[in-house]
Amino acid sequence: MDKTDTELMNLIQKSFPVHQRPYAVLAEKMQLTEREVMERIQRLKDAGYIKKIGATFDSNKLGFRSTLCALAVPEDRLDEVAQIVNSYKGVTHNYIRDHRYNMWFTLTAPSGEMLEETVREIREKTGAPEILSLPAKKVFKIDVNFRL
Amino acid sequence: MERNEDMDELDKKIIRCIQTGIPVSHEPFRSISENLQVTEQELVRRIKALLEAGIIRRVGAVLNHRHVGYLANAMVVWSVPEEAIESVGGFMAGQKEISHCYEREGYPSWPYNLYTMIHARTADECETTIRRLAESTGIRDYEILYSTAELKKASYTYFD
Repeated sequence: MDKTDTELMNLIQKSFPVHQRPYAVLAEKMQLTEREVMERIQRLKDAGYIKKIGATFDSNKLGFRSTLCALAVPEDRLDEVAQIVNSYKGVTHNYIRDHRYNMWFTLTAPSGEMLEETVREIREKTGAPEILSLPAKKVFKIDVNFRL
Repeated sequence: MERNEDMDELDKKIIRCIQTGIPVSHEPFRSISENLQVTEQELVRRIKALLEAGIIRRVGAVLNHRHVGYLANAMVVWSVPEEAIESVGGFMAGQKEISHCYEREGYPSWPYNLYTMIHARTADECETTIRRLAESTGIRDYEILYSTAELKKASYTYFD
């Protein structure tokens, strides 16, 4: 990754041009050729720095509902519970955290009812005595931007 | 275009296509528009409209942040007095180290109501940031939950 790659990644994280020739638009901003921009981005993808260039959505505006869940999972059941939780398409992020509540996952569903039903089902299937469901009451910020 | 009902079938198909990824090619939206049997201009116009409506939050690069050196990622949960939640939430939102900030309801066994995702290159950097935030906001009741393993990291697939 050189300085130009860094600059390019900062630029395209914030916004990728929605345009017929988006790489040409980027080339102009960066004072590079379109080909070089395309080559650099491809290389950064191949090297695993860029996961993808795509759209992220406001799931609420699409009619979906989501929540953040937490479980306190005994050490010896972590793998088993992880497999159950991860098997749900609605579970997008699942992390082990260093706390009594050690498994934290986000869950999205097409409606509030389906969301609650899935939370209940996960609790039953995992045999957890307790599940915390912590939907957002207010969003102060969603802005993923790793400055390089 | 304000609500879900104002989106038509074509918008949903567009969402389905662009969520997976935009290719590296001279006219990356051309192949998508051909698949959907619309003109490239129409596709670009609709994506811009969805952006304008806030249905699409962003079209941009998603990085593998650990690969680019952000190794310390912590969720910090804060117990903020009701009357201060707006100003503290707003303050946190203005911090560059914080990617996500939400207000959530607390439970008796879990009284935290403000959740922040903090990213740094090292644990030291992360701790320094957290200390600074605690001092600036005066919130002393908080817990740091470092992620020690990533079990799943995917995007939700809409309308598939």
